[in-house]
Amino acid sequence: MSNTVKTIAVAGAVAAALAASLSAPAHAQAKEKCFGVSLAGKNDCAAGPGTTCAGTSSVDYQGNAWTLVDAGTCADIELPTMADGAARTGSLEELSRDLPA
Amino acid sequence: MTVDQTTFRRALLDPEAQRPEGLGDGQGRDAGRRFDVYRNNVTVSLSEALETAFPTVAKLVGAQNFKRLAATFLRQHLPSSPLMMFYGDDMPTFLEAFEPTATIGYLPDIARLDLALRHSYHAADAQPFDPATLQAIPPEQLMASTVTLAPATRLIRSKWPVHAIWAFNTVPGAPKPTMAAQDTLILRADLDPEPHLLPAGGGAFTDALLNGQTFGAAIEAATTEDATFDLSTMLALLIVNNALTDLKD
Amino acid sequence: MFDENPKRIDSLPNTPGVGYKPQHFSDITNDPGVVGWLEIHAENYMGDGGRPLAQLRHLAEAFAISAHGVGLSIGGETRLDPDHLARLKHLNDWLKPASFSEHLAWSTHGAEFLNDLLPLPYTDATLSRVADHIDALQETIGRKMLLENPSSYLAFTESTMSETDFLREIARRTGCGLLLDVNNVFVSATNLGTDPIAYIEDFPLEQVGEIHLGGHDEEEDDHGAPLLIDSHGRAIADPVWTLYDYVIAKGGARPTLIEWDNDVPDWPTLEAEAQRAHVILAKAPA
Repeated sequence: MSNTVKTIAVAGAVAAALAASLSAPAHAQAKEKCFGVSLAGKNDCAAGPGTTCAGTSSVDYQGNAWTLVDAGTCADIELPTMADGAARTGSLEELSRDLPA
Repeated sequence: MTVDQTTFRRALLDPEAQRPEGLGDGQGRDAGRRFDVYRNNVTVSLSEALETAFPTVAKLVGAQNFKRLAATFLRQHLPSSPLMMFYGDDMPTFLEAFEPTATIGYLPDIARLDLALRHSYHAADAQPFDPATLQAIPPEQLMASTVTLAPATRLIRSKWPVHAIWAFNTVPGAPKPTMAAQDTLILRADLDPEPHLLPAGGGAFTDALLNGQTFGAAIEAATTEDATFDLSTMLALLIVNNALTDLKD
Repeated sequence: MFDENPKRIDSLPNTPGVGYKPQHFSDITNDPGVVGWLEIHAENYMGDGGRPLAQLRHLAEAFAISAHGVGLSIGGETRLDPDHLARLKHLNDWLKPASFSEHLAWSTHGAEFLNDLLPLPYTDATLSRVADHIDALQETIGRKMLLENPSSYLAFTESTMSETDFLREIARRTGCGLLLDVNNVFVSATNLGTDPIAYIEDFPLEQVGEIHLGGHDEEEDDHGAPLLIDSHGRAIADPVWTLYDYVIAKGGARPTLIEWDNDVPDWPTLEAEAQRAHVILAKAPA
């Protein structure tokens, strides 16, 4: 495509985009902007919920010593282990044992 | 007996470590597990902050797994600033090397999406320019211009169907993801960030604009990546979401 | 983008206030009841824009705002984070809050932020360090701050002075005011086996610019002794109301915050707590 042809095509695309955007709904204004979902700020001056003087167990964070204990929604998603189709060695058996396929 | 903050901090994050001496209950006895209130609160508060910051990751791995993942992460990556809303920037790279979730290959990119949504939420406000300007200037001039996108714009390019996985966990009734590489653009039309699935070539186009390349160069990059790149669909998405904030020669 | 000289209320009224939660935005803007002012945690409003700042700009036009810092680490052994001082200055400059306060605690160690209000020994060394840090903060933000008494779960054997003597001396050296958290007084007194009334008797009430009231949880230590946790996750306990009544009768009315940060209730429940403070404030000596 020559530069001239390309420029004309771009002008057409810009015109089409403007036409399409005009039919889109307008966004809320002024005070209504303040309503809506708020993501929680997490800076607090209280002890966190559930804080007790019960000690944390080191089992809770010993890096690779644990396997998945409950299943989230990843159990419902059927995708390969790696994007290139390769399986990561070592963990696949653990996963299939702990997560219903 | 003085307890300096280095000693106090060392015992805070390691429950196996000896509690510092020189702490009491005010009535002549050793503080004992009273110290664990602080141990507990540091761990719980940081873990909660991570759960809030990575809702999609937490949903994918399940609540219990996420708590354990967070407990490991926070000990390797304590916050470096008091702004808890931005805690967790290291999560994607942490997950890339985290063995227990290694079989969930898409998890690091989902963490990138969660992070990007939060950064978009707190990004600076910006006014869009009148999109009619795009038509008002000669096309040759437009091709040589740079277009600035709103500060809340974030691009996630992935080999995984990141947008579909996000939708499956967030939008009621969204279909089960199938394997595909997806580029996702987070736009904040007003105050609510929203992830949009980009059309073919849209990732290259947006990437070029975000890197300050000209409008013409961005189109070139997009069509090189995918010859079917549809500029009008791409532009309409940016216009409708108030993402075009400046146009410079 | 927005008004360069926004409308602001420059002092907290002697009424109840509440810790602002975004889920209460419409309740507060529609009918705040007896709630006359709002407190925000400064660090949650340090983004560059978006909904948090949009809401705060809107609220600050109608309500006096108290900005309450939770992350400066005034008691830290390492120097104050210059980036965070700059953020606090920026917030104070645009928000122009009616009050700015922070905690007698530490939370940063070197480059690490631990996200908890950690305790301090009351010694001459701590006194001079805290005073230096408050001087630095007040100089940076160009205003007087209020310093809040902590909740204590343990005591340092190295302490050489009482908390009230420590706070009085800090206020004298730096010119800062004090924020009296009555729940913290009750929690600390219970946990350390001291008398909360004696603490109030000894407290420089004339320096108090604001009062906090919040709920606590009950636990036990190794010996079965009560260990109260400053959880802000439930209604204020009756003995804390009694102690608050005593403080107001002795020192007069003060802006009084209801703090409820975890398991945040619906607006009517929160406003009912504010009503209770309102009744006590109404009978305060002039």
